[in-house]
Amino acid sequence: MTLVDTAPVAAPARRRGTPPRRRAAGPAGWLFAGGYTVLLLAFGVFPTCYAFYLAFTNDRGQFTGINQFTKVARDYRFGPAFSHVLVYLVLWLVALVVLTVLAAVVLRSRVRPGLSALLRFLYYIPGALAGVASVLVWLFMLDPDVSPVSRLLDALGLHSFAAVLAPGNLPVIFVLIAFWTGAGGWMVVMYGALNNIPDEVLEAARMDGAGHWRTAWHIQIPMIRQWIAYMTILAFAGGTQLFVEPQLLQTASLGRVSPTWSPNQLAYVYAFQQGDFNGAAAISVFLLALGLLCAGLLVARTNMFTIEEK
Amino acid sequence: MKTELSSGSRSPRRAPRPRAARTALAATALAAAAALLAGCGASADTTSGSAATSGHAQFTPAAQQAGSQITVWADSTRLPSVQAYQKAHPDVKMKIVTYDGGADGSTYLQTKVQLFDRTGSGWPDVVFGSPTDVTWASAPTKPGAIPFAAPLDQKLVPAATLDGFAKGSLAPCRFNGHTYCLRNDIAQVVLWYNKTLMDQWGYPVPTTWAQYQALGEKVAKEHPGYLVGSVGDTNSQESYFWSSQCPAFQETSPGTLRVALQDPNCTRMASLLDSLISAKAVSTQGFFSQGFAKDSGDKVLMAYGPSWYGQYLFKTAFKTPAKQMAAAAPLTWPGETTAATGNVGGGVWMVSAHSKNLAASTDLATWLTTSDANQAAAPTYPAYVPAAKAWLANPANRDYFAADVSGPFQQAADEVWTGWSNTKFSDATAWSSVVLPALTAGKTLTSTLPAWQSAISNEAKADGYQVTDK
Repeated sequence: MTLVDTAPVAAPARRRGTPPRRRAAGPAGWLFAGGYTVLLLAFGVFPTCYAFYLAFTNDRGQFTGINQFTKVARDYRFGPAFSHVLVYLVLWLVALVVLTVLAAVVLRSRVRPGLSALLRFLYYIPGALAGVASVLVWLFMLDPDVSPVSRLLDALGLHSFAAVLAPGNLPVIFVLIAFWTGAGGWMVVMYGALNNIPDEVLEAARMDGAGHWRTAWHIQIPMIRQWIAYMTILAFAGGTQLFVEPQLLQTASLGRVSPTWSPNQLAYVYAFQQGDFNGAAAISVFLLALGLLCAGLLVARTNMFTIEEK
Repeated sequence: MKTELSSGSRSPRRAPRPRAARTALAATALAAAAALLAGCGASADTTSGSAATSGHAQFTPAAQQAGSQITVWADSTRLPSVQAYQKAHPDVKMKIVTYDGGADGSTYLQTKVQLFDRTGSGWPDVVFGSPTDVTWASAPTKPGAIPFAAPLDQKLVPAATLDGFAKGSLAPCRFNGHTYCLRNDIAQVVLWYNKTLMDQWGYPVPTTWAQYQALGEKVAKEHPGYLVGSVGDTNSQESYFWSSQCPAFQETSPGTLRVALQDPNCTRMASLLDSLISAKAVSTQGFFSQGFAKDSGDKVLMAYGPSWYGQYLFKTAFKTPAKQMAAAAPLTWPGETTAATGNVGGGVWMVSAHSKNLAASTDLATWLTTSDANQAAAPTYPAYVPAAKAWLANPANRDYFAADVSGPFQQAADEVWTGWSNTKFSDATAWSSVVLPALTAGKTLTSTLPAWQSAISNEAKADGYQVTDK
């Protein structure tokens, strides 16, 4: 009896005495981390540094201080491009957070497991299409001449592709495309996050008389807060860099969409039409600052990187 | 997705060290403020951004290698011509690449050349492009770079050959007194009409804009659904406003652009089109827009547009039966004895200044633009006058029409108004992204002119032009 009793106690006691020390990484560890590090340096860190160098110099290599930034900020396309993307981001982030979390909660607790798995699979399918292909799908969806939902478009008073692409509709169109391709993946992630919540917690909530929606609002959503913040950061970073969708729509609509609708398109025009790589770099630094600001705020407000004491 | 991940992974690296980040931020802000206060830092303006730098006095060819391979970039329409040259000259080593040819304001060639100028290699030897391409190709893309296009008048193409091109057709090629391209084709605007229907309904072919407007309003009443034109294409402004001699893109001196859309020459066309649009005789949907050919292709009684409408719009897109369509000379305004007309496209061939085989490259460009062997069967109206005669004599270019198009074509070719300049930016961007959406939303052209004016002015200023609206 004593042996059996002391054995489990002895083990933690020993562990407490000698603090857990990580074993030195073997060559395999370096190998795994090395590949990513090399790629990160080559395609992440180096281009960022190069962009900073370009943004603070001119095409003769002279130091320009903040002149590149004031130059691009004064450009007549700068304000509209950033305001377009701002409207898009607000619509996109609200739709993404509200609808994916709602869908995940419903799938987790209101739908039979078999049906839930099927729905998660269906939601995920559009995400399997590459960015360009998904835009092409929407080009068909939005053209009343060929669209399978042309009756719906007609009912909305949109009788031609040109009418669908009215400037005011563009943020909504890009949100539709982004949601259709991106939200399914996040629903699966959120579902996984909800699965991590111990059953005892939910059971305790039920015993205390909380219904499904109270449980969702007061237990489940607060407990996956960090996942929601993580999703928001990535979606924000991706959203500010909107490029493929407006660029393809610009070509497909024969120029009815402005070629500088989003800041990234403006940077592209700077680099490849005006030959001004320095101005383009300045715009990309603006985008980087914006992304870091948003990420910093969210990380600070949600304590995302605080390791919970267990 | 790559960019998302990298910015996502950047933030964790910063977050655990808020103090370091804050210090760095403060230091950057201080440095920036200091730079701003001291006014230090060189100008951010790009050397190549200035419109005045087009053209280059000295041309030093690259080291020549006789018989070396030449790379040719052509659009799919001109591809057969290049292949024909290869067949006739099997000893010339050629690599042929198909690309979009600068259609619909594409900047593919410019993008690529910018990159080749940075890497220092990769330039094609001979390219087909749009006249817009010549504006940047005749100037260095960055300090120290050689302009992409070779000045062909400098010991490459004889002056006698250059003199054989139609009046004004080489104007888009000329910068600082040098000729940087050979014009392949011109796209002079004429009045297209369906002769069968006009005869059947007893309508006379208009010769003035007033008659055109009156006939349009009559058609709208007597035969609703039939159209006398469209303003919804990316190039409709070149058919209508260029023909009206509207100073929308008028380069009065190098680097100075006159954009004056409140000029009577602009407003007269805007109000004429507004009345025809409200009568539903002119469509705001483009001839080339999705679904137009299917829905209204057989309802086009008249169209004011370029010489290539015959083959590419009526024959290919609308599938109008042969012996129905005919062309008439450009329309006139009150008080005019000779008409002025517009031009919708027309490509150019450029030879690269970096070519290691200028002899073969120049020979190819000259053969493509001037030889009867190529141009008589060319898809579009040749800019080289002797070749244009051979083109008009070719049965393939005339048999489809209900009447001889030679007269109107030749007349219009000499009447293209030269006040609509070839600028560093496409004249289609502002029209397509500002004016057309407004027309789709039900606004009138007249009320959209100020928005169009400011869109053109902004684009011009961004490209380094001085803009005047007087």
